[in-house]
Amino acid sequence: MEFWGYKRKEGRAGLRNHVLILPTCACGSESARIVASQVRGAVNIVFNTGCSDVAANTAMSQKVLTGFACNPNVYGVVIIGLGCETVPHLELKAKIQKMTSKPVVSFGIQDEGGTLKTIEKAVRAAREMAAEAALQQKELCDISNLLLGIECGGSDATSGIASNPAVGELSDLLVDLGASTIMSESIEWIGAEHVLAKRAATPHIHNQIIQICKDYEAHLLAAGQDCRAGQPTPGNKAGGLSTLDEKSLGCIRKGGTRPIVEVLEQAERPSCQGAIVMDTAGYDISSVTSMVAGGCNAVIFTTGRGTPTGNAIVPVIKVTGNERTYQKMEDNIDVDVSAIVRGEKTFKECGKDMLQVI
Amino acid sequence: MKINGLLMDDQDNVVTCVAEIRKGDQVVYLKDGKEETLEAKEDIPFCHKIALVDLPQDGEVVKYGELLGKTRETIEKGHWVSDRNIFSVPRDYELEFVKE
Repeated sequence: MEFWGYKRKEGRAGLRNHVLILPTCACGSESARIVASQVRGAVNIVFNTGCSDVAANTAMSQKVLTGFACNPNVYGVVIIGLGCETVPHLELKAKIQKMTSKPVVSFGIQDEGGTLKTIEKAVRAAREMAAEAALQQKELCDISNLLLGIECGGSDATSGIASNPAVGELSDLLVDLGASTIMSESIEWIGAEHVLAKRAATPHIHNQIIQICKDYEAHLLAAGQDCRAGQPTPGNKAGGLSTLDEKSLGCIRKGGTRPIVEVLEQAERPSCQGAIVMDTAGYDISSVTSMVAGGCNAVIFTTGRGTPTGNAIVPVIKVTGNERTYQKMEDNIDVDVSAIVRGEKTFKECGKDMLQVI
Repeated sequence: MKINGLLMDDQDNVVTCVAEIRKGDQVVYLKDGKEETLEAKEDIPFCHKIALVDLPQDGEVVKYGELLGKTRETIEKGHWVSDRNIFSVPRDYELEFVKE
């Protein structure tokens, strides 16, 4: 199986060919947004920190920023920094250039003499880059280039019954064809971690999955918090999910049934092909961010109650098994699998249908 | 009759209602390919669970063949099972590790 994509010198092919306007800190975020709004083919991300942060947070945000730059859907990068951020823009540029041969340019607001001058220069640079990007032709790429992030948000009881099993079937089909998938949100493994761990390809991976859940609960406990207080969310409860365990048992079904070949840290790039899991926050926006930084070139997203979550860098395909939600939020949702709930279709049939959507 | 409940696993002691259920309605679900019915003793909202059997206080609630949590109080057959009357039980991770 093949798809039309943008081949890259290193790594997977892209499904998109964006020029990414990348701020190094919160001070550059608004300028980045303005630059992207002026250039067809450019997208920006919002970065709300980058200054006065503890070392571990800085390391993680650098991993995410460089991960975005290296994402296969990005043609080139225009960095907008301030000048006195924790990791200066020229340093971030050098880091990215070590990881990829893509075009990268960078501007510092203090050096350029303010935001207006920076925006003007960055817009010109981004337009030039977007013009180069527009000359790149799509080519047929093998399905092994696809790294699909699997996400859920705004879950209700239809998620575990319909959309998650259907997406799980899709993941199995893709993995069998040679593509790779990543499921994340480790807090939503708790209560079902013993079921998920059964899919581990090795005893080591089995224990990694259990350890992540154990460490997460211990981490929260050390701060005097309980993971069962915020989960399920009020919306989940109203949607019939009574405990974290019930939510998790439904959640993990979206990852399918194939052996788990690798366990990744947040925003880490996979080193093997197949069904993969990533240890991320149980908050869909943060989790999608982590998977995109890890190199996912598309995301499939199941919902029960409906969510508008998208991403600047990758297409996010929304699936629901709740027919009321589909009718109410049709503009935000791509695939309706409520036929499973009505007993008209099986989750396997719906999973197969979605292969064409991908 | 139209199916308005889903039994996810034969071990389960709750059924998920996939329609708005009124007190006195029949909840119809499939078990081993055969239709079974259960009378609702109270209103059950869309997507919520109904008890298939009498559940004692501190009894296990099972869906997907797995433990969802335990009951805070006795929940009689045909009654609504939700976050108000069940709770999540902390995990015992040490028992789940395997030998590498």
